[in-house]
Amino acid sequence: MLEGILAGLETAFSLTNLLMVIGGCLIGTFIGMLPGLGPMSIIAIMIPVAISIGDPSAALILLAGVYYGAIFGGSTSSILINAPGVASTVATSFDGYPLARQGKAGKALTVAAIASFSGGTIGAILLMVFAPALATVALLFHSAEYFALMVVGLSAIAAFAGSGQAGKAVLMTLMGLIMATVGEGALFNMPRFTMGIMDLQSGFGFITLAMAMFALPEAMYLVLDPSRSNTGGGSSEIKDLRITRAEAKAIAPVIGRQSIQGFLIGVLPGAGATIASFLGYAVERNLAPKEEQEQFGKGSIKGLAAPESANNAACTGSFVPLLTLGIPGSGTTAILLGALIALNVSPGPRLMIDEPQIFWAVIISMYLGNLILLILNLPLIPYIAKVLAVPRTYLIPFILFFTLMGAYIGQNNATELLILVGLGICATVLRFADYPLAPLLIGFILGSMLEDNFARSMQLYDGLGFILERPMTLGLLGMAVILVLLPGYRARRARLRAEGTADAD
Amino acid sequence: MALDRWIALIILMICLAYGYTAFFTMDGALPPFMKRNPIWPSTFPKLLSVMAIFTALYVLLGLEKGAEEPKPMDINYRRLTDYKLGQALMLLGMMAAYALLLRPAGFLPATVAFLAAGAFVLGERKLHILLPIAAAAAGVVWYLVQEVLGIFLSPWPAILTNGG
Repeated sequence: MLEGILAGLETAFSLTNLLMVIGGCLIGTFIGMLPGLGPMSIIAIMIPVAISIGDPSAALILLAGVYYGAIFGGSTSSILINAPGVASTVATSFDGYPLARQGKAGKALTVAAIASFSGGTIGAILLMVFAPALATVALLFHSAEYFALMVVGLSAIAAFAGSGQAGKAVLMTLMGLIMATVGEGALFNMPRFTMGIMDLQSGFGFITLAMAMFALPEAMYLVLDPSRSNTGGGSSEIKDLRITRAEAKAIAPVIGRQSIQGFLIGVLPGAGATIASFLGYAVERNLAPKEEQEQFGKGSIKGLAAPESANNAACTGSFVPLLTLGIPGSGTTAILLGALIALNVSPGPRLMIDEPQIFWAVIISMYLGNLILLILNLPLIPYIAKVLAVPRTYLIPFILFFTLMGAYIGQNNATELLILVGLGICATVLRFADYPLAPLLIGFILGSMLEDNFARSMQLYDGLGFILERPMTLGLLGMAVILVLLPGYRARRARLRAEGTADAD
Repeated sequence: MALDRWIALIILMICLAYGYTAFFTMDGALPPFMKRNPIWPSTFPKLLSVMAIFTALYVLLGLEKGAEEPKPMDINYRRLTDYKLGQALMLLGMMAAYALLLRPAGFLPATVAFLAAGAFVLGERKLHILLPIAAAAAGVVWYLVQEVLGIFLSPWPAILTNGG
């Protein structure tokens, strides 16, 4: 193993490969910041470039740099304009955007940069140490466990709602799941719920829905109430990048926990950065003391650090099944697998033995990529955050324009823009009535994976028998039930206590 | 009835229609060999519709009682006319118009018009600053999307590019 690491160090620190990491991170950050282009599409665009390089190590290092850069860039647009272009940075906007609106955009971007760097670095170290062993554990998870794990992830969204709002959160999740069933799924290859509309054959677009749920209602609120835009900008706030010692102390354990949890979730094929970031957010909210829980969703730095560490660590984790088993752990790593095969590299258990310089060079370049992102982006934060100082009369039309472009680029279809406007109006009305919108998007993102694993389990066990026959599945589903009932129970306890009747229970 | 319960009622209607389709109409076209499978295309939607109907009823009937006092609303929908409702509606209309005109009018004219008109509606009157910024932004985005990313975006009206 030591020989392999040394060979990897030599390869990763060659001038060409260092340039690949820097170039990849810059391209990824820049394109990832544009709402509408997630890591999958960016990597797909970069594959021809990578293949033309010829050297598999350099190509893979470039693509890995683009991957990390895109995740980082997606966080920036989530924090500054509440437009998460990437599913795994949706949770970042829950607290990142409120912080920006409070005039703490610089601080939010600094926390995101540090949490991303730490998550990625801890993930890379864990990958180096545990890659072979973790690949074996991941094989124990079957479709039934994945189904149950996703149900747990969806149940945890009850944590996103305030006390006494679990019903609305569950309803929104179910609406998201229902929307995910629209269109021609890969599973049955027949159109469902399309109402004969051709443009619905491929279902709703994720980017369209994300823009409609977050960016458009926020822009409408800024239009309706101009005083809202007075709190964000101001050059003095943008310069404030520092985090205090107390803040650093508060987020350190969150980053540690979520880096490990995110990495483990990333290792599971099919889970990935999106589930890791949502679960990370929900877990940290539940772990926080009561008074801090109130701050989640309103600008908590813990709520920002959790998904940022988790999604970067999960990105690293998703390379474990890819490099050691040849199984893609996420959509993005599936594209990377295609690139590897095109480069005549066969990922799998033999990769570590036959081509250690590729295996270790990629792992070492992940660490380098995170370091370079931190070095490049921290000094750039004041300039990036200046977007908030743009006058409202210019900022709002530009937000709306990027929202429209995001939806158009994602689907290359003008009808998608009309769907965006329609869904955006619905989302604004839902927000008027205090319905949480994040659960709808989470339900939509996980919907097809959930149904896919449910169907496989049903087919394997010829019915619902898998629930009782697999103890891990039963345990996870039990946990999901507790997660749904817990907020209601807490709310009831708090109400009784407020009425002074708790003692009588 | 409060807005949130009206919304729950609308969602309930949608779920009933969704459930009706899943339970009664979807499986009609299913080939016989698929009917022997333990899972049909309608299985998951059936489960979802039942759960969603019960949850919508739960919210509609106000069975959930929160521990917190209702928090002050960001925007009070009962007094919408106190806000800049006209501007919001105009911008939404312009977004719909942009969607309809993007291809026939071409990306550059449609985008310049959208950005300039949007800023104008919001109160910007310095056209000598506004128009060059809108034109530059449209040009840069077009170049990035078309030339760098390779996604086709017709820059000029269809009537010009198709030769009339």
